[in-house]
Amino acid sequence: MAEQVLNDISTLRTSPLAHLQSALEQGSVSGERGVKVREIAFTTQIGVRAEPGSAAHAAIAAELGIALPEGVGSVCGTTDGIAVLWLGPDEFLAVAPEGTEMADRLVRALGDEPGQVVDLSANRSVIELSGPSARAVLEKGCPADLHPRSLATGSAITTTLGPVPLLLWKTGEETFRLLPRASFADYTARWLLDGMLEFASAPID
Amino acid sequence: MMLIDCPWCGPRNETEYGYGGEAHVAYPADPSALNDNEWAKFLFYRKNPKGLFAERWVHAAGCRRWFNAVRDTVTYEFKATYKPGETQPIKTTNAPPTNASAPGGTK
Repeated sequence: MAEQVLNDISTLRTSPLAHLQSALEQGSVSGERGVKVREIAFTTQIGVRAEPGSAAHAAIAAELGIALPEGVGSVCGTTDGIAVLWLGPDEFLAVAPEGTEMADRLVRALGDEPGQVVDLSANRSVIELSGPSARAVLEKGCPADLHPRSLATGSAITTTLGPVPLLLWKTGEETFRLLPRASFADYTARWLLDGMLEFASAPID
Repeated sequence: MMLIDCPWCGPRNETEYGYGGEAHVAYPADPSALNDNEWAKFLFYRKNPKGLFAERWVHAAGCRRWFNAVRDTVTYEFKATYKPGETQPIKTTNAPPTNASAPGGTK
């Protein structure tokens, strides 16, 4: 009997929200009060820990070609290329589309210096919420101030949405990326769909 | 809703934080020299003043860092927050020891 050989293991992959894909499409609302939700599956995410000012910090920044963010909220790099989010004074998360081989490069760049480079790609899933009503949906359960004067486009903070701890990354004027842990992705998506429901019908005066 | 000023993240909602008890409890210089009574006092005995109190807090849902805070136990008001190792902006009865550079739990 011929042995079955699987050449491309990625065909076996299932993203945390694959089972909700049609629900996310149907739940999205277009128009003036529109809000759309989608999953951005299979991103590469690398957890980086390095003390600012140390050799490890400089080496990682040099390998990425991006300065590491310096304070709360700041994000370096580009949204659709490699972006580095600030998680803590010595803790960062590099997010990129798959296929960058970033983990190996950064591990080599870190070398024996004190610090940490860990592939956390499957740890957080990415949900994108966009549209004129996106902020209104998030404000139903996020204690952080989401007004543009406080949360500028291109910044990211660690906060909570309902009971779910997540990274909230504002990538556009009306676009937010939410990065909850993969095990919370299903709950977060259903929470968002519930919050989006009212915008499908006309406002009640 | 109460805002707590994280030294790294700025003002955030109190639900993002966790409480860590009294601050500046120094780890014994020679733990093995302590008798049971002294060890129990180090582990479990904490001050409970009325008024200003230095406490440890953690920004659990944010940057996950520990910091110190001076809080009024009567009004719950946070008077100041400061990073570990920094000097206390407002003096409390449980102030850090003056030789704060000593290793151990003095921070």
